Amino acid sequence: MLDAEFFRRWMTATAASVDREAERLTALDSPIGDADHGSNLQRGFTAVVTALEKEAPDTPGAVLTLAGRRLISTVGGASGPLYGTLLRRTGKALGDAAEVTEEQFTDALRAGVDAVMALGGAAPGDKTMIDALVPAVDALAESFGAAKTAAEEGAVATTPLQARKGRASYLGERSIGHQDPGATSSSLLIGALMEARDE
Amino acid sequence: MSESPDSTNQFVGIVLVSHSAAVAASVAELATGLAGGETTAPVAAAGGTVDGGLGTSAELISAAAASVDRGAGVAVLTDLGSAVLTVKALLAEGDELPANSRLVDAPFVEGAVAAVVTASAGADLAAVEAAAAEAYTYRKA
Repeated sequence: MLDAEFFRRWMTATAASVDREAERLTALDSPIGDADHGSNLQRGFTAVVTALEKEAPDTPGAVLTLAGRRLISTVGGASGPLYGTLLRRTGKALGDAAEVTEEQFTDALRAGVDAVMALGGAAPGDKTMIDALVPAVDALAESFGAAKTAAEEGAVATTPLQARKGRASYLGERSIGHQDPGATSSSLLIGALMEARDE
Repeated sequence: MSESPDSTNQFVGIVLVSHSAAVAASVAELATGLAGGETTAPVAAAGGTVDGGLGTSAELISAAAASVDRGAGVAVLTDLGSAVLTVKALLAEGDELPANSRLVDAPFVEGAVAAVVTASAGADLAAVEAAAAEAYTYRKA
């Protein structure tokens, strides 16, 4: 079973991972974006960790809902509402249970990913975070490790794609050959699930 | 444009969200100036991030919407990407924007002028939204 403490560790591990990889995310965002993905997410997840330390919500749903709200408020770029919606909708889908099963979490995360697709209008293959999140959710039924691998492979697989959403879409064919920064940061979020359990 | 102001004279509020504080403020000034008249509908600019950078601030958007809410609804116009997504996410949140707030699908500058002129004539939210959206149909070439 996964409790509120697990989800707090997930957010903390994500923040640490984003800290470590911020420069790489921004470097990926330089040729096809506006070179702020790393610093934007760093600001957002730092705010999430601060908020969780202060408020200490006691259910999985409340942890993720709070995290989502903080991301929407603090990120400043499109990744704020997108990641914010992902976590908030996942949290809402978990309801107010004190503990949830991995199956319940998988279903809730799928609802969150669906909400992100609805918000941004992106589908798999558009070279966005969806290309990491959809295979990750599919693999989550197997294990956290399988989800991590699927997300990382999904992020790498965005490289030959042409962007159809966001600023990168203005570049047309010039977006081809660059790994998508949003799919890459999504693989960090999914990868942090394993760290949250190992602690 | 056909509606007359109701008895309490409550204007629809307009919020202009841009990635740039200067763009949002200038478009607000342009739209208010072109609306002319003695009294114009309340317009608030929510441009850039809280620290003055380029981007979108949910905080500034919520504050701007609250500042123009007179009870007749709030029309929110945006420029690009994260501005659109942030407003949609705030609307989905439910309690971050005044009741009867709406993201209006319109070109930013032309839509803002149409929205402010229409709202200042006392039109309701649906009429303001329609006027702003109609700006899309004006072709320039």
